[in-house]
Amino acid sequence: MNCQTPQESIHAYVDGELDLARSLEVEQHMQECQVCAGAYRNQIALRSAFKEGSLYHSAPAGLEKRIRASLRGEAKSEVGHRLFGWNWLPVGVALACVLLMALVIWQAAPGLRPSGDELLAREMVSNHVRSLQLEGHRTDVISSDQHTVKPWFDGKLDFAPPVKDFSSQGFPLLGGRLEYLNNRAVAALIYQRQKHYINLYIWPAEQSNATSEVGTKRQGYNLLHWTNSGMTYWAISDLNGVELHEFARLVQEAQ
Amino acid sequence: MQGQNKLASFETAVLPHLDAAYNLARWLTRNDADAEDVVQEAYLRAFRFFGGFHGEDGRAWLLGIVRNTSYTWMQRNRSPELNMALDDETHEAESHDLDPEALLLQKADAQMLRQAVEELPVEFREVLVLRELDEMSYKQIAVVADLPLGTVMSRLARARKRLQRILAGHAQTEVLT
Repeated sequence: MNCQTPQESIHAYVDGELDLARSLEVEQHMQECQVCAGAYRNQIALRSAFKEGSLYHSAPAGLEKRIRASLRGEAKSEVGHRLFGWNWLPVGVALACVLLMALVIWQAAPGLRPSGDELLAREMVSNHVRSLQLEGHRTDVISSDQHTVKPWFDGKLDFAPPVKDFSSQGFPLLGGRLEYLNNRAVAALIYQRQKHYINLYIWPAEQSNATSEVGTKRQGYNLLHWTNSGMTYWAISDLNGVELHEFARLVQEAQ
Repeated sequence: MQGQNKLASFETAVLPHLDAAYNLARWLTRNDADAEDVVQEAYLRAFRFFGGFHGEDGRAWLLGIVRNTSYTWMQRNRSPELNMALDDETHEAESHDLDPEALLLQKADAQMLRQAVEELPVEFREVLVLRELDEMSYKQIAVVADLPLGTVMSRLARARKRLQRILAGHAQTEVLT
C-alpha cells in the first residue's frame, strides 16, 4: 500500500496546526487511506499515553522559595552595583576627564575665562541700563554746573572725582549719582550727546600709572576705559564709538 | 526599571512558569538535582536579561533560557548526547506498513513511556516534551528551541516515529522475557 501524503501533515493535523481547508483534506484522505488512518490512530494513542502517563515533572517543593531568595539577592546586588560598584568607575573617570580638561583650558587659554575687565564691563552695562530705565535713578544730583555736582560728592565718597561740563563741545553734564561698582562706591556722571546718554564712572585707580583707552562693545553699548591721574574711568553709552572716543578725549584733556 | 520594581514585575511575569521550566530542565538533564540547579541558574539569567523581555510570551521566553542553560550544563558535563548531530534533511525510512504499534502503545504503561522518551536524542526529546507536555504550538516551540517552523514540524514527526519504535522494542523484549 502506497501513500504519497507526507507523514508530517498527519502530525500537523493531530497537533491542530493545519488550516481548515487542509484539515478537511486530511480527514477526507484518511477515510480512503489505511496507512494514514493508522498513523493518525497512533498519534492519538501516543497523545493519550502522554496524558495518562503523568509524565509532567512538576517543580519540587521549596524550589520556588529558593529561586525567590536568589532573585532577591540578585536584585539587591544589582542595586548595590549601581550605587557602589562598577557604575561609579565610568562616572568617576568621566568626571575626572572633564575636570582635567577644564583645568587645561583654564591654564592654557586665559582669554576664555572672564577677566576682571570682562566682569566689570558686564556690571557696567547692567548699571548703565538700570540708570536709564528709571527716570529718577539717572541722577542723584541734577545740575549742569560742575561746581554744584563736584561738592555734592564731597563726604559721600573717599575721593574727589574730577567733574567737568562739556556743554560747549556738545556733551552737556546732566548730573551725578553714587553707584556701587567693582566692590566699591564710585562716582557716576551723566552726560548727554543729542539723544544719547553717557555714564562716566570714576574711582581711584589701583595703580598710579596711566593707561590708554581700551574699548569694548557689549550688548550694543560702547565702553571705553582708561586710567589717568590716579583715577580709573569707564565711559559707557549707546553713542557711536567715534563720538564716545571724542568724549573720552575731552575728559582726559580736561585733567 | 530597577531594584524592587524590576523584581516585582519579573516575579509576576516569569515565576508562574516554574513548573514548565522544571519539567523541561528535568527532561533535558534527566536528573532531579541537575534540573533544580539548571532552573535556578536559568531564573537568575532570565532576571538579568529581563530588560530585553517586552511582555510577549513569558513562558516561551523563559523556556528558551531554560533550554540554553540546560545545553550549557550538558556541555559542561560533557554529555555524549550533544555529539550526536541530527540531520534534519534526511528522512528516516518511513515504515508504511500497517502498524501494530498503536496497540502496543495503548498497553505501554507510564514507566515504559517515560523510559522511551528519555532514550530519545535530546533534540527529539525537547520538541516532544514541549508539544505533548506543555502543549505548545509549533510557533512557540520554534521560539524555545530556536528552530525554523518547518524543522519543528519534521522533527516532531520523526520524534514520534522514533518513540514508537523504541516502545515497540520494549514491548517485544517484555513479551520475550
